[in-house]
Amino acid sequence: MDAMLEVRNLQVRVAGKPILAGIDLIVNAGEVHAIMGPNGSGKSTLAQVLAGRENFVVTGGEVRYRGRDLLAMAPEMRAREGIFLAFQYPVEIPGVSNVYLLKSALNSVRKHQGLPELDAVEFLALVREKMKLMQMPDTLLYRAVNEGFSGGEKKRNEILQMAILEPALAILDETDSGLDIDAMQVVAAGINALRSPERAMILVTHYQRLLDYVVPDHVHVLAHGRIAKSGGKELALELEERGYGWLEAEAAKVAPAAPGPEAS
Amino acid sequence: MTQAAVLDARERFLAEHARVAPGLPGAKAPWMLRARSAGLETFAQAGFPSTREEEWKYTSVAAIERHAFLASPRRVESASVAREAGAHFFAELAAYRLVFVDGRYSPGLSTAGTPPAGATLCSLGDVLERTPQRLEEYLTQTGQQTVFGRLNTAFMRDGAYVHLARGVVIDEPIHLLFLATAAGAAIHARNLIVAEAGAHATIVEHYVGRDGAAYFTNAVTQIFTADGATVEHCKLQQEAADGFHIGAIHVAQHRDSRFVSHSIAFGAALARNDITTAFHAVGCSATLNGLYVAGGRQHVDHHTRIDHSQPGGTSREYYRGVLDGRSRGVFSGKVVVHPDAQRTDAQQLNHNLLLSDGAEIDTRPQLEIYADDVKCTHGATIGQLDDAQIFYLRSRGVEEATARTLLAYAFARDVIDRIRIAPVRARLAQVLLSRLPEGHRIRELA
Repeated sequence: MDAMLEVRNLQVRVAGKPILAGIDLIVNAGEVHAIMGPNGSGKSTLAQVLAGRENFVVTGGEVRYRGRDLLAMAPEMRAREGIFLAFQYPVEIPGVSNVYLLKSALNSVRKHQGLPELDAVEFLALVREKMKLMQMPDTLLYRAVNEGFSGGEKKRNEILQMAILEPALAILDETDSGLDIDAMQVVAAGINALRSPERAMILVTHYQRLLDYVVPDHVHVLAHGRIAKSGGKELALELEERGYGWLEAEAAKVAPAAPGPEAS
Repeated sequence: MTQAAVLDARERFLAEHARVAPGLPGAKAPWMLRARSAGLETFAQAGFPSTREEEWKYTSVAAIERHAFLASPRRVESASVAREAGAHFFAELAAYRLVFVDGRYSPGLSTAGTPPAGATLCSLGDVLERTPQRLEEYLTQTGQQTVFGRLNTAFMRDGAYVHLARGVVIDEPIHLLFLATAAGAAIHARNLIVAEAGAHATIVEHYVGRDGAAYFTNAVTQIFTADGATVEHCKLQQEAADGFHIGAIHVAQHRDSRFVSHSIAFGAALARNDITTAFHAVGCSATLNGLYVAGGRQHVDHHTRIDHSQPGGTSREYYRGVLDGRSRGVFSGKVVVHPDAQRTDAQQLNHNLLLSDGAEIDTRPQLEIYADDVKCTHGATIGQLDDAQIFYLRSRGVEEATARTLLAYAFARDVIDRIRIAPVRARLAQVLLSRLPEGHRIRELA
């Protein structure tokens, strides 16, 4: 069977600087991959390129998603085809209510899949159930998207969207950053609730902390725009003990031209 | 335009005045005749403003000069005019409605209802004919009037007269609808709103026009708020695409009075709004909200001025503009804090969204402060749609064109939502969608 996501020798530049210098990654349905690495290693860039952010220029390699050329797809098509990016910095959208965005998003995905749109009652029942899971008050539904939300509320809102959209491939970009331990547990429970044999997840994270709650099948360490090391969940623990320095030094030997800082 | 052509335009208006003056209302009141003459004289000397004048630097009225507008179109009453006007009624606001067709009061289309005791709602032209002395102290004030305001005084025929005696509160909004149907007409509408002490009224002043007609609305509204009175005023400018709209709202506020203005401009080829208020006593407050949405080659200009002449006044100004195509917007907001106006609290903001490379905005927030114990802020922004917001929406499955429309809509809707009259908000939301590129994509939002 084909892999859900195949990344082959992906190279990306931002403002002329190489950020990803040849990434290879295979993600199968049912797997959870953690992508770790120091600041500036390119892990957020990878997450955004997969979701279709246009200010990154792909200069080489290819990405296939369910056998199709992912890089040729518009961001909204990727979303409709089941890719979801939980943003590291969720964007505030004044004047657009959370409930409107959730409904538009869900219906655009359902329409694409040939499913009927949910009516208002069904939709609200679904949203309320998922909000309960994320321990979010109903009032957040009618506020503008992320506007005036605390850091924790924004991250919960991302996972809420994911829970409602039920993507095939979820990419979580530093979803753990800025969360206190209680919020972390809520977010982790939301993520774990979505683990299934049909779904794949990529967790981008700097720290091992989230991986105590969402245990990955594979861990990859990015350094200087390449995957410097891959392993099982125990690799994350090793990094926690030893830091990233030893891997960076190894990666630097392979790629003498150091890429610039992470662009996002 | 040549000097000769400019003179021609001025001559035309003067000749037109000589022709129509005998039929204008108020001919039996000497003070009114003097006011008209003084207005005409000012216009005769100054002529139309040129872009060399500071207050008209960004707005050329040459196109108005080029047209041979006639002051006195024949009044047309027909079923089709009734239908046309009816399309702009707010069904839920049926209580008080005065309709003016080509600048003349239309009793048949109006439903003045039964206002509470102490409230007068009627045609200003009728009052000028019957009991002009009631109007003298108001109509003779020239205040911040521009030369167009003086021209209005010379030519004015009709408009709304709203008078609220002490303590009278009208809960239902008063809808003043001005429908232009006649190509080539100059409509010098004049409204007078007087709220005596403690009175309270909400006015919707609404300009619409027949598409395909080039006409010229030159409207002046004077508002007087006595001690503790409150007037909320919504001006909805939806003139026809070929129409010209020069409008002014001049407010004189007394002790502890409140004035709230919403100026929503969608229409006209060329539109200019002057909105001024002066605090003549302590404790006044004014809120000036505005939204302009323009596309094609439209030009829309707002000039506002708030005079904090007395202590303890509060003003809040909040204008937003959305400009597309090759349209041009102008915002000039002046807040003057006079030497006696201690404890003034003034805020002014103007945000602009440019949807195309060809659109242009000139924004000039201005503070003039002559007192020392004051709290004043102002600011202006000009920007385009935010790429991060667009990407966020797209990453949730929203098409790019829809995302763009949604963001522009949300930006403009912020001003509309400040209006407290739900049916007006709903109608404006629909109009807004119809004016935005790809607005139909999010029509369920209106």
